[in-house]
Amino acid sequence: MALIKTEDLTLSYENMTVIKNMSFEVNSGDYLCIVGENGSGKSTLVKSLLSLKKPVGGSITFGDGLLRKEIGYLPQQTSAQRDFPANVGEVVISGCLNARGIRPFYSSKEKKLAAENMERLGISELKKRSYRELSGGQQQRVLLARALCATHKLLLLDEPVSGLDPIVTSELYELIYDINKSGVTIIMVTHDMTAALKYASHILCLRSEGWFFGTPDEFMKSGASDFLKGGVGND
Amino acid sequence: MIEMISEMLSTPVLVRALIVGILVSLCAALLGVSLVLKRYSMIGDGLSHVGFGALAVATVMNIAPMAVAIPVVIFAAFILLRLSSDGKIKGDAAIALISTGALAIGVMAVSMSSGMNIDINSYLFGSIISVSSEDVVISVVLAAAVIAMFIFFYTKIFAITFDENFAKATGTNANMYNMLIALLTAVTIVVGMRLMGSMLISSLIIFPALCSMRVFKSFRSVTICSAIISVATFIAGMMISYAADTPCGASIVCVNIAVFAVFFVCGAVIQRNRKA
Repeated sequence: MALIKTEDLTLSYENMTVIKNMSFEVNSGDYLCIVGENGSGKSTLVKSLLSLKKPVGGSITFGDGLLRKEIGYLPQQTSAQRDFPANVGEVVISGCLNARGIRPFYSSKEKKLAAENMERLGISELKKRSYRELSGGQQQRVLLARALCATHKLLLLDEPVSGLDPIVTSELYELIYDINKSGVTIIMVTHDMTAALKYASHILCLRSEGWFFGTPDEFMKSGASDFLKGGVGND
Repeated sequence: MIEMISEMLSTPVLVRALIVGILVSLCAALLGVSLVLKRYSMIGDGLSHVGFGALAVATVMNIAPMAVAIPVVIFAAFILLRLSSDGKIKGDAAIALISTGALAIGVMAVSMSSGMNIDINSYLFGSIISVSSEDVVISVVLAAAVIAMFIFFYTKIFAITFDENFAKATGTNANMYNMLIALLTAVTIVVGMRLMGSMLISSLIIFPALCSMRVFKSFRSVTICSAIISVATFIAGMMISYAADTPCGASIVCVNIAVFAVFFVCGAVIQRNRKA
């Protein structure tokens, strides 16, 4: 059974239909990149997958025992976070909240999970540092570690490399690819076509004229890739 | 100094004001950390104006002021929260709209009640005498609620303050916690307003959080430091007010300004040393 399956999904943003009758499947271990022009409904789709927004029509079903709250989410950063007083340890462990129910404090098991994920992303030595003093790339690693605390099945990344320099960007892509190879399904919204074609197992392209879903090869052969003619990886 | 303190503690009115003030300062500081970081600072200000309107109308109509003010301000808090999150009118404009509207209604009510001698000055800038033993009870209950909430839901409050969307996505009922924070903020403001005045009460919410953010780097230390600053500045302000015979609300805010200046300089020095 598919991890996520959408059927005839219709989504709207501020009373405007942005996505119509879309059906696609994400299986365990897939790496799906969602690409498309601004305003094509990428963020709306992400919010719907996270159950933050109700679809206007159609359905989203989770399979393979995936619970709604078990999606590790890496959101776009908000302006409020830039001067937020929190140290790295506090941010990472807040990803463990979903497993905790109403218990007030974190258990040693959750502290261990947070420590493991910080180790995995190479940010252990930043644990006591303040989040607002970190570089953009370090901040993304912190948020990625938090997302990994929330899931071992599915990561949903919303434009994870926006604002990062090319070196940090490619490091982050490699990191995400490693996470994918370890068995975590990835859904990533991106403007970066080069990376999408390089890493993704499937591509979902949203355009005002309609949508396309398939493998990168199928995508290149289809008419949907026409919009790339403006330049590959134009961000 | 010690003589002055024992003199203060033997005056029942002052003791009541101290109890209510310390508890309200503590609540305001704890709630303030979350409100300031979520960019909701102005909600406190808006609510205090609504509180002024409600108190004025209640007094003129001769109804128990707290019984009117608390529900009205809670209602306003929910509306402001909703408008800020997804309204057609943006948050800052909505607050300005509601607060000036409520202020105008309050002033109209007071002016229409000719013959009645309402001390509008004490509503606007606070007075110690207006603190009743009823206020003491409400503030004890309120403080217990706020402290209990902070201990039990500390991790969740952190999560929704830092990143509401992530918290929602991982199954935390962020709306419920936002409502709870709004409700407790509303009660804190109504109770504290009598002492601090509706023009000055929001300083209790904003100053301590802003001071601690200059120097401290983790959410936990900012929260603890805010609580300490808030209670300390309140006590210092009360003593200055008693010694120099100045209005207590304004005295407390002035102490807060001084503390903010100190923290600002400390923060700047720490920043420079780190870079060097």
